[in-house]
Order: sequence, then structure tokens, then C-alpha cells
Amino acid sequence: MAKLSKPAKIYLALVFAILYAPIFYLIFYSFNSGGTMSSFEGFTLEHYGAVFNDTRLLIILMNTVIVALLSSLISTAIGVLGAIGIVFLRNRKTRNAVLSLNTILIVSPDVIIGASFLILFTMIGVQLGFASVLISHIAFSIPIVVIMVLPKLQEMSSSLIDAATDLGASKRDILTRVIIPYIKPGIFAGFFLALTYSLDDFAVTFFVTGNGFSTLSIEIYSMARAGITLTINALSALIFVVTLGLVLGYYFFTQRAGQSPGTGGAKV
Amino acid sequence: MKDNPSRPLYLVPYYLWIALFVIAPIALIFYFSFLDLAGAFTLKNYQNFFSSVYLRMTLSSFWYAFLITLITIVIAYPTAYWLTKTKHKQLWLLLIIIPSWINLLLKAYAFIGIFGLYGPANKLLQTFGAGPWQILFTDFSFIFVSVYIFIPFMVLPIFNSLDKINPALIDASRDLGASSFTTFRRVIFPLAINGVKSGVQAVFIPALSLFVITRLIAGNKVITLGTAIEQQFLVTQNWGMGSTIAVFLILFMIIIMMVTGQKEKGGSYNGKTK
Repeated sequence: MAKLSKPAKIYLALVFAILYAPIFYLIFYSFNSGGTMSSFEGFTLEHYGAVFNDTRLLIILMNTVIVALLSSLISTAIGVLGAIGIVFLRNRKTRNAVLSLNTILIVSPDVIIGASFLILFTMIGVQLGFASVLISHIAFSIPIVVIMVLPKLQEMSSSLIDAATDLGASKRDILTRVIIPYIKPGIFAGFFLALTYSLDDFAVTFFVTGNGFSTLSIEIYSMARAGITLTINALSALIFVVTLGLVLGYYFFTQRAGQSPGTGGAKV
Repeated sequence: MKDNPSRPLYLVPYYLWIALFVIAPIALIFYFSFLDLAGAFTLKNYQNFFSSVYLRMTLSSFWYAFLITLITIVIAYPTAYWLTKTKHKQLWLLLIIIPSWINLLLKAYAFIGIFGLYGPANKLLQTFGAGPWQILFTDFSFIFVSVYIFIPFMVLPIFNSLDKINPALIDASRDLGASSFTTFRRVIFPLAINGVKSGVQAVFIPALSLFVITRLIAGNKVITLGTAIEQQFLVTQNWGMGSTIAVFLILFMIIIMMVTGQKEKGGSYNGKTK
């Protein structure tokens, strides 16, 4: 059945090997009882123990999860309402203008988002820390939610709403009992994507976080700058498992939403 | 929810977001690019940007981004092409994409170990008789890690546009006597060019603004526009100069989007099309 020639198969195998080797290399050495990533001395779980015994690290983990959950919930709410608003905009020009404004934060490099948000927060007097990080995560997640919800809204036949109106439904009923159930897969896909973007973000957070507040990415960065600690390896194995779960969840919902797969976004 | 068809109330938070987090930040960057360290109006930042130091940095940043994009295309194109011919292609594509979801810092950290003086890369070299080399903190490691990170972003759009090509066109080309190479050059490549363009968009702009990899892998040897912005904002605290570089980065971004832009249909990125 497979029409692939042998060189093609070898090439693909090589690409897959290179893509996955660093990840499995990290996970493999998380079980190393020696302290390095170069010689494997014996099997141990002590580095996992170190992760769970480090209160500071656990607090940072909590921070990261709280920011991710809160920001994706809030951005999903705002994004869904925004998408519904965009679809019902009558004026084509206004709609296109709003849509282009929507994509700006998606295509902007993270350094620019981070730097400009830093200026913004300083100007309006938001203290750098939990609040500024949470607000920025909400801000960069909203357009992603809109993009995920919009196609579902566009494919919804307007006769559904007409029918509901004819049957005497109020505006609120139409929203909660017709529109929202119809676009639910899109909403979940947007929520998952926002969640992964928030968990994954480094650059924007790096700019807007003050001294007192830290997320996992920031912590890994400062640990990695100091050198190799196998605690990071154990942490990365755990993150890998969580990421895999989230990606599968996201795919589950996008498959139902009938959208093509996307990458994790260029978070650099 | 009040009935108000002309201006729906539920759009208020969304419009507020556009005003505060899309328009205001860009305006602020632009405004700050005209301020000096004391906060007075100046054109000095722009003058500085056109001095040899910054011009050289911009050029080298472009050169690295160009190399990274080119190598990524060379590796990703055959990958995408052969992936479209596999049996469970969506599953294989998913497997290519999964690494792009792993936190960038962890991937960079892995390479600190791999390219380290006692790491596997040097061990491999030693079995060939080459002595341990300093691989980390070189141009090579910077380009290698960047390409590694960007491969999925290039494979996905190319795959999508190759996958859309009607196989009847390829059969027709064969029937008319074209060799495989001619078929590729005259039929497949032109039809899938939009995928390559989307891929370039998804790789070139981030490659210009990288700063994590330069810090962790290139050890400050490579300075990209992104590194310079981060440096000005967080280290030297010269927000004016940082904003000026950011203004130029935005300009370059717009130019690249215009050059690689496409009307309507195109390779989908982040599920944007359809």
C-alpha cells in the first residue's frame, strides 16, 4: 500500500528521531542518580522527589496553573462574545477592520507584545506581578479564542436564529440555547488553546513580571542559565505528560469542530 | 443583555480589549521611540539606529533569520512531501506537530546538555576520533537549535498545501510525458508555493525576534533584533532605544507579510483558514 521509497522512509525516520531525541534525552536523564546529563549512573526517582519537596517550586507551579486557568476562562468569555459580535456586524468594512485588529497580537513577535505591555502597565500604574501577568495572558489569548470560535459561528445557518425568534425566544434564549450549544466545540478548542498558550508563554511573562512573581517558564529559564540541574529534567518529564494530555484534549475538540490542526504558535 | 441591535453591549469588553491591548501598546511603542532617557522628545534614537553598530546588528539578524528559514525549508519540504504519501498521514502530521507544543525553554535546555563538553554530541564526535569541541555558544548551535524548533511550523503549512493538490493533475502531467522532476518543478511546486510562503511567515519573523535561544544557546555571541529589544528594555533600561528597534521590527514584519502575503486561500496556520 505504502508508495514510499526506501530513502523516503529513512529520511522521515531521521526527521522524527531528531525531533523527539532531545525530549526523550531530557526525560531519560531525569532518572539518573548521577548529577549530570552525560553519564547515566543508576536509576533513581530522587529528582521527582526534589520537585515535590521544593515548596518554592510548588508555589510557582500553583501560580502558573492559576494564571493559565483564570486567563483562559476570562479570555474565552470575552473572545466568544467578541466573535458573536463580529459575526453580527452588518458593515463589511467594519468587520474586516475588527478582524485585522484581532490578528495583530497573533502575528506580533512576543518581544514586542512583552515590551509594549511593559510600557502600558507602567503608564497606567498596574503593579508588575500577578495582576500584570494575568492581564497580559488574557490579552494575548483573546484573539486566539476568537479565531477558534469564528468558523463555527460562520457555518451556523442564520435560519436557526430566525426559527428561534419566530418561536418567541428572547435574545438571551437565543444566545444561551441556540448559539452557545452550536459553537461549543469551538469554545472548548479555544479554551484549550488559550490554556496551552498561557502555560507555554515565556517571553511576554518575562517582560511584565516583577521581582516577586514567577511562573514555571521564568523559573526554568533562570535555573537553566545557572547550569544543569536534573530537577529541571524531572520537571520537564512532568510537563511533557501534561502537554501531551492537553494536546490530545485540544485535538479531540478540534476534530469535532472540524478544523485543521495547528502548531503551538511561535512562542519565542 | 439589553436589546440594542445597532451597538450590542456584549461587544464592550472585546472593543475595550482592542483599544487597550492592541491599539494603545503600538501607539505607546511609537511614542516612546521619540523619547530619550530623561523622557524628552528626541530623534536621537532613530539617528542611533542608522549608526554602524545597529545597522550591522540588523544585517546580521537578517542573515541568521535567512539562513534559519532556508535550512528549515530544505529539511521541511521533503518531510511534508513524503508525509502526504504515508498511509495515516494525519496521525504522522500530529506526531510532527507535538514537539512544537513542548515548552521552548525545555527544548533549549535539552540542547545545553546535548551540546555540552561531555554531552552526547561530543561523545559521537570522539568515536570518529575528533576531539571534544566547544559546540555550545557558537553560531552553529544557535542555527541548529533554531531550525530544530521551527521545523514543525514549516512542515504544517507546506503539508496542507501539498495535500490540497488534486492528484489528477499529477497523473495528467505524467500521461503527457513529464518526468518526475518536471512534474515537481512545473506542477507540484507552483501549486504548493502558498504553503511555503505561510511557512516563511511563520519562521522568518520569529527568527528575527528570538531571544531565549540566543541567551541560552548562543551565549550572547549572536544578537538578534529581539535580543537587542530585550537588552534595551530589561538590562540598560533605555526604553526609547528599545522602542525604536521595536518600531523597525514591526516595519520589517509588515514588509515580510506583504511580500509573502497571498490573496484569500492559502496554507492554514493556526487553523486560520476554513
